[in-house]
Amino acid sequence: MELFQQITQFVISGLATGAIYALIGLSFAIIFNSTGIINFAQGEFVMLGGVMTIFSLNVLHLPLIAAIAVAVAATTVVGVVFERLAIRPLKNATPLALIIITIGASILIRGVVMLVWGKDTQALPAFSGNDPISVVGATLLPQHLWIFGVTVLVIVGCRLFFHHTISGKAMRACSFNRRAANLVGISVGRMVLFSFVISAAVGSLAGVIIAPLTMTAYDVGVMLGLKGFCAAIMGGMGSGLGTVLGGLILGTLESLGAGLISSGYKDAIAFFILLLILFIRPQGLFKKGETERV
Amino acid sequence: MKSDKLKFLAFCLVVLLAPLPLAGGYLTNVLIFVGINGVLALGLNLLLGYAGQISLGQAAFFGLGAYGSGVLTTTYAMNPWLAMAVVAVCVAAFAFALGFPVLRLKGHYLAMATLGVGVIANIAFNETVDLTGGPSGLSGIPNLSIGGLIFDTDLKNYYLVWSFALVMIFLSLNLVNSRFGRGLRAIHDSEVAARVMGVNARLMKVQVFTLSAFISAIAGSLYCHVMTFISPTSFSFHVSVELLTMIVIGGLGSVYGSILGALLLTLLPEMLRTFHDYDIVVYGMLLISMTIYMPGGLVAGIPALFRRLLPARGSNA
Repeated sequence: MELFQQITQFVISGLATGAIYALIGLSFAIIFNSTGIINFAQGEFVMLGGVMTIFSLNVLHLPLIAAIAVAVAATTVVGVVFERLAIRPLKNATPLALIIITIGASILIRGVVMLVWGKDTQALPAFSGNDPISVVGATLLPQHLWIFGVTVLVIVGCRLFFHHTISGKAMRACSFNRRAANLVGISVGRMVLFSFVISAAVGSLAGVIIAPLTMTAYDVGVMLGLKGFCAAIMGGMGSGLGTVLGGLILGTLESLGAGLISSGYKDAIAFFILLLILFIRPQGLFKKGETERV
Repeated sequence: MKSDKLKFLAFCLVVLLAPLPLAGGYLTNVLIFVGINGVLALGLNLLLGYAGQISLGQAAFFGLGAYGSGVLTTTYAMNPWLAMAVVAVCVAAFAFALGFPVLRLKGHYLAMATLGVGVIANIAFNETVDLTGGPSGLSGIPNLSIGGLIFDTDLKNYYLVWSFALVMIFLSLNLVNSRFGRGLRAIHDSEVAARVMGVNARLMKVQVFTLSAFISAIAGSLYCHVMTFISPTSFSFHVSVELLTMIVIGGLGSVYGSILGALLLTLLPEMLRTFHDYDIVVYGMLLISMTIYMPGGLVAGIPALFRRLLPARGSNA
């Protein structure tokens, strides 16, 4: 019974962090689908969400909702500036150049945040208290519910946007075939900018809702970003349910591994899974293989 | 061909004479690290600059080299030279085995996979406390020695490290101008076209990956004997990014560019010591601006800049 309770506990906290990975994975996939770029600065958007919320809350003394809105908006602006200054000038860049540029952007953002707000780890207060809720012997924090709720909202929102609005459909068209999309009158450049906006917003929101659980600092983006990428890879870089499942599986495995095997290797587990998937099923867990075009 | 040899000899002369005006001072110590970083950058440049295959996990091989030599010479009291050879061969074998699945990946996926390897290695250095000393590091590593000559001062270590560096530079210069080197550049331009022309792209990518791991492992062994103390922070993701910055600044696909990049990026933090925390911001801006405005690095960019600034002379002549 003891072990069963422990496992339930690990699964609950694993699903919560998994939901975060899923959101970050989604934000990776949104940019990838419209540009073919894996944005190595994605984790930095997540970090900015958390750090800026704390800043708006503690220094600007805004109420929580306003602080979150400010943080998400500010991160979105960073995303737009990034796209305009670093991605757009390179029209026909090689993947190599794009990798190096997005890595450059990621350490630049991290460095600026470190200089402005320092290296200290900070915690965001939980959105609605810390009174645990008991579920089959394990405890669930109110923040976990917030995470699940926000994740579901974002996923439903994305689904509606991409399948039922003109802009969303246009963005999907770009991801299928940029040239064809251009020919039917879609402004590909604008859709790319949109994808950075949405991606930065989703990523920063993930950073906001996890900040009360894990604390945040200028350097949390690297790990969160990489794990989000891992989730996206598991889901085959789609912006749908695959990535969500990938995130949840990753979070749960990681939490179980850390709890039952060794907590020191917690981060190694995620990367081990990442490598395995890349080696064995680079097209994702749930997708059929596609032939690569030259 | 003759001018290439002259260039190399001139470079050797510079290396030989460089520490003399410094009189064994602090800068000599910095130049040792220029040598080590130069070797590491060279290893990455062969892979990235010539074959076009990115690795964000070079720190893993560097660390394996350093910890391999460190552990074998302290805990197991092995001869340091023997340990260096054993470790370099083992790391190369590991990279060879790893190379087949890893180098099947391309572009962003390759970057992420190598990054994953780097992070896993760093976690392993931190967590295998019994073997590596964990986060508090491994100390008491002996200096290298030949006969009675112990490499225990900065000046001696300078010549030790740079002899290795010069040998590797010489071999790399030969390699990139060989059939193998041309094959690598063909893969860089178009893997499919290279294959059609009869280049065994998959094998060659793995071979150059193995070579770069081998070079990094030797750099790691040298590093641990020079420092006599190592800890996991010296082999983190940040180091891999620094190496990447070095070759992007110096020049992708240029042997001397790797060394120039290593020189600049090793001296830069020393000069910016008072603004210690700014270096990360500077790296970021350098990576972005160099890639956009000077994709060939300084080695290609400075001559091009001169040509642009002095167009009159060019057209008159």
